[in-house]
Amino acid sequence: MGEEVKFHGMWASPFSRRVELALKLKAIPYQYIEEDLSNKTPSLLRYNPVHKKVPVLVHNDKPVAESMVIIEYMDETWENNPFLPRDSYERAMARFYAKFIDDKLLPTLAKLGQTAGKENEETIEEIHEQLKVLEDELKGKQFFGGQRIGYLDIVAMILVWLHLAGSITGQKILSTEKFPLIYEWIERVMKMEVVNECLIPEEKRQDWIQLAQRAPKSASN
Amino acid sequence: MAEVKLLGTWPSPFYYRVVWVLKLKGIAYEFIEEDLNNKGPLLLQHNPVHKKIPVLIHSGKSICESMIILEYLQEIWPQNSLLPTDPYDRAIARFWIKFAEDKLPAIWMVFRTSGEEQKKAIRDSLEMLETTEEHALGDKTFFGGDKIDLVDIAFGQLSQWLQMVEDVTNVKLLEASKFPRLQRWINNFKQVPIIKENLPDYQEMFAYFKALREMLLSSK
Repeated sequence: MGEEVKFHGMWASPFSRRVELALKLKAIPYQYIEEDLSNKTPSLLRYNPVHKKVPVLVHNDKPVAESMVIIEYMDETWENNPFLPRDSYERAMARFYAKFIDDKLLPTLAKLGQTAGKENEETIEEIHEQLKVLEDELKGKQFFGGQRIGYLDIVAMILVWLHLAGSITGQKILSTEKFPLIYEWIERVMKMEVVNECLIPEEKRQDWIQLAQRAPKSASN
Repeated sequence: MAEVKLLGTWPSPFYYRVVWVLKLKGIAYEFIEEDLNNKGPLLLQHNPVHKKIPVLIHSGKSICESMIILEYLQEIWPQNSLLPTDPYDRAIARFWIKFAEDKLPAIWMVFRTSGEEQKKAIRDSLEMLETTEEHALGDKTFFGGDKIDLVDIAFGQLSQWLQMVEDVTNVKLLEASKFPRLQRWINNFKQVPIIKENLPDYQEMFAYFKALREMLLSSK
């Protein structure tokens, strides 16, 4: 068939892990290239000259960069197990909340490691407001995608990461009392083998926390 | 015919993105002007998360975020298509749309700031323009090739709002000699009939933003 898929990623990058999850959900065979972000391969620099970042998907030697662009490309190219809903309005909603996570929640989470005292409290309050938006989105649904895992669930995996980080650092941002639906969703997705395969392995989680605390934004740099 | 309403504010470039696509596709709509200093119940009801314009309301359902609105319009009204048909070409288009979304705000930082903060914003803006000139546009007439597409619409702010920022702040960002391709694109883009007929009046826009900048700087 001549389909060749390569994927440049990095073990601690949530953006990279999104693409990994997407590839596994569609059962697309691929060759993985782990990037050392302090010593990027010449291929990565050639495939993503504008940003020089992971993740990059290379399909039959044609590169696609930016995690959500990659995921939409995958959905249009491999039609099995679709990520985006069929209905255009539902698609707009999925894209809206994914953008909300990337543009609002992630930057606020990144601030966490950099603030202390009162500023830290304000950051946590901001995160709680943003989490409430996602909690509301889960009302009446098993997954953000409805009956099955979809586009928004893939982006929302950051919530699983937040939960894992909380169990390690002891700082619980996600409480079951405040966010029962998000908690149920986390439990539901963590039962899926394919999700677990894309989480940071247990033995690397301490390293990951230290990395994230040192330079939260540079994970996909 | 289902009802389309657009909540927006003159002279927001994000509102204009949606106007351009509605007109390019010949979609009839009702415009509802929002006063951003006194946000109306319609805005708060239809964009509770961000409380921002533009908001498209189609058959009572609301969609927010200009580029998400445009992807929606492209799907529901595919005539005069504004995205490539090939999935790979679409991925490239979406890459540049994201780049525009992430990097164009630097121009607005030049507008809103002064001193060291503004100097950084100027550097970011120039870097953005260089990448756009070199990688996004290259030797094409439009980002979309021979005719405009959603990428051109995404970069539409460079057509008139960039000049406004330069004139209001007295900072030259796009020198034609340094960015000949972008300069040519600006000229070509502004000549596209729908765009030409749907740009804010420059003098009015200049006066509005000049006053806004003065207010922003004095309140710091």
